[in-house]
Amino acid sequence: MSEATIHDDHHDHHDHKPTGIGRWLFSTNHKDIGTMYLIFALVMLFLGGASAMVLRMELFMPGIQIVDPDTYNNLLTNHALIMVFGMVMPAGAGMANWMIPMMIGAPDMALPRLNNLSFWLLPMAGTMLILSMVVSYFPGTGTPVNTGWTLYPPLSVQSGMGMDFLIFTIHILGISSILAAINIVTTIVNMRAPGMTWFKLPLFVWSWLFTGLLLIMIMPVLAGGVTMLLFDRHFGTSFFDAAGGGDPVLFQHLFWFFGHPEVYVLLLPSIGVLGLIIPTFSRKPLFAYKPLVWFMAALTALGMVVWAHHQYTIGMSLNATTYFMIGTILISIPVGMMLMSFIFTMWRGAMTFETPMLFGIAIILMFSFAGVTGVMLAVVPADLQYHDSYFVVAHFHYALIPGSVFGLYAAVFYWLPKWTGHMYNETHGKIFFWWTTLSFNLTFFPQHFSGLAGMPRRIVDYSPQFADFNYLSSVGGMLFGLSHLLFLYIIIKTVKGGEKAPANPWEGSMIGTTGLEWTLSSPPPFHSFSTPPSVK
Amino acid sequence: MSELKQIFKRGLLLIASTLFSIPAFAVREYNLPEPASTITREIYDLHMLTATVATIIMIIVTGIIVYALIKFRKSTGYQADQNFNHTWFGRWSWALVPAIVLGIDFSVAGSAVKTLGNIESHDPAAVTVKVTGSQWKWTYDYMEDGVKIVSNLNKDIPSTDDLYLRDVDNRLVLPINQRIRFLHTATDVLHAWWVPAIAYKKDSIPGYINETWTMIDKEGVYRGQCAENCGTGHAYMPIVVEAMSEANYAEWMNEQKLAMVAAVAESSADKTWPLAELMERGEKLYNTNCAGCHMPTGTGLPGVFPALKGSAVALGDLAKHNEVVLKGVAGTAMAAWASQLNDLELAAIITYERNAWGNDTGDAVQPADIKAAR
Repeated sequence: MSEATIHDDHHDHHDHKPTGIGRWLFSTNHKDIGTMYLIFALVMLFLGGASAMVLRMELFMPGIQIVDPDTYNNLLTNHALIMVFGMVMPAGAGMANWMIPMMIGAPDMALPRLNNLSFWLLPMAGTMLILSMVVSYFPGTGTPVNTGWTLYPPLSVQSGMGMDFLIFTIHILGISSILAAINIVTTIVNMRAPGMTWFKLPLFVWSWLFTGLLLIMIMPVLAGGVTMLLFDRHFGTSFFDAAGGGDPVLFQHLFWFFGHPEVYVLLLPSIGVLGLIIPTFSRKPLFAYKPLVWFMAALTALGMVVWAHHQYTIGMSLNATTYFMIGTILISIPVGMMLMSFIFTMWRGAMTFETPMLFGIAIILMFSFAGVTGVMLAVVPADLQYHDSYFVVAHFHYALIPGSVFGLYAAVFYWLPKWTGHMYNETHGKIFFWWTTLSFNLTFFPQHFSGLAGMPRRIVDYSPQFADFNYLSSVGGMLFGLSHLLFLYIIIKTVKGGEKAPANPWEGSMIGTTGLEWTLSSPPPFHSFSTPPSVK
Repeated sequence: MSELKQIFKRGLLLIASTLFSIPAFAVREYNLPEPASTITREIYDLHMLTATVATIIMIIVTGIIVYALIKFRKSTGYQADQNFNHTWFGRWSWALVPAIVLGIDFSVAGSAVKTLGNIESHDPAAVTVKVTGSQWKWTYDYMEDGVKIVSNLNKDIPSTDDLYLRDVDNRLVLPINQRIRFLHTATDVLHAWWVPAIAYKKDSIPGYINETWTMIDKEGVYRGQCAENCGTGHAYMPIVVEAMSEANYAEWMNEQKLAMVAAVAESSADKTWPLAELMERGEKLYNTNCAGCHMPTGTGLPGVFPALKGSAVALGDLAKHNEVVLKGVAGTAMAAWASQLNDLELAAIITYERNAWGNDTGDAVQPADIKAAR
């Protein structure tokens, strides 16, 4: 018995994993929880993608093809919520869980049990989210949720029981995100290894510090807004009902006070990933690292005070609109600075073009494009034409797919060797890159034009004058959706086996950064750093 | 294996032939429609300016990246310049790049602020039209003349026709070369009235009155549709504006006033309407105003919109039926129709609902009944 105890103590810091289902249910290990986050995100990616493919099939040609108008808008609402709350945010949190303790030289996250809770809330919320879509097909439950993810009243007050499910889903998701954000911020502030000063932190860690702070500031506002909506629906209040002295526009302000910073929540982790990938494959330190961090802070602050540019058409005063216009246009400065930093990291580097780098380059190009259409949209008079048209749909898909989703894909390819201990197949990776990037552009580029020509968003059916661009979009959408089967295949194949990955599979990954994560074996030991590493 | 290859080849051929058929498409519209009013022309010019600036920036960025991709490759033996971050550019780019971006920003914002001022100007207008959005139609009130137009989707157009979902039963008619003020509001949920060629959008919000204006300078027919998601029928709320010369407009307005007077006279005439005549009028009015939710067959949409066929309301007490139609049902999509239709029209609709699809009550509801129930 005593021998066993000594034995245990001796091996405490080595791979001493719990086994069975308990390893996952009661996990306090940052890598296991990170893995669960990533698997959850991958499942949601396919659910959200499948609903998007139904939408694109419906829009293949004029006339009603496969779904009725309410089902269309129900799927549309769920596509957005699944992708934003089910896919991108958990994927970002999963990567933060996996990488941040290793990057800052910590043994684990600062609050491991909180970490367990913040993950295990997610499957519950995900189930509720799916129920919110399905429940309206049972008798007596009222209209499906047909509002779009913005849930604007009074339409959302008209919706049936699905909306109540959705409101509680948002509450649970909000708790999960706030807990995860608190954990990550605490870890970054308190758990850095000796010598790991602020300006030695990898950009990914910085980006998550700002993301975490944003989440803590904005999620309560959304939770408050949807709670008021719940009260309007069931308890006779009229926060958003003009007939009772309320204001339908108030909800829009609350929603976008959350919704605009949320865009940066989705975006910043991927920007952080690019800040590692571009230097690695350019074999040159990140250009203008310190200013980039400061500009990221500026972006966080500025992003909190420009929300009403999503609502230029509500009839604000001239002064208010002018302020929001100028504030929004100024966002181009920090964003321009980020892109500049990446471009001049590549400049005079010695580039190679592995899959993560291909994604990185494509992101810089396509995200720049989202940036310039963003400035076009920021200009109020022009926005009074673009608003709620497909031009907006094209813009935000260019911002969110390259800006955040492709960033996550790049990260997956960059870190798969570290996570699994196996190299992925580079040829497969490259085929996936070209397939997904080209079909993405085929899907969303034409939508700029159908929007300008006058096609509004969130319509199930349209006039034949918009048919050509929609046809292209639908063909592209199908190809884009299918490309993800290859993605899934690559991930499964790499997890199962493949060429053994060294501790540091990328030649340039240690240039200009502390790179602690690359000093650990691939895959890393169950507990990352049990004694603090030395940071040069 | 060879079979698989065959299938793969055929698949490729199909995709290729689909893609190559693209040039055969007649792409008619790919930009904002040609403006036909002073204010939309100003917006159009601003749009072209920002689009041009955006294109130039993209060309420059792409150019730099493509040059870097060609020049700085490891495979050509290029050595990374580890000192690049310490050159003068590396030291000062953080100030230089934002300064350039700021310059571009202010040149864009400068011209935008001027146009914005024009959009928000409140000069007196010759014609004021109150535009009311409701699920799922537009109502136009000519404030000076007291004339009202209710505009519904024209449902008779096949989905192959260019006017599919872009045509209405009653157009909004406006004079050219006169300043027109629009007042936007809604009765139920949010809507947005948007006709890109002549009118930018502001939301129609219940409890709010938003103001926009235009001065159309070309005669013609301009089309648009509801731009803010308003539920089930959002795709089915087109807008058609017919702009005509001032003389023709005045003539048209006179006709409307005469028709209005005639309708009021007919509705309040001391006459007992026979069932058959009410049914005939009722069917037409029902299909325009009610069939969107309750369906032409009276079956509604199970779980969403109640059926009228065999329903307790349509077969039950007439007073209750009148009340539902006149006052609506709070908290649902059922609108209050009292202010939207006259006594005769409402009597015809209610008669139709009580006698169509096997609802054989035999009731012939008279305009006087409706008047009493108001």
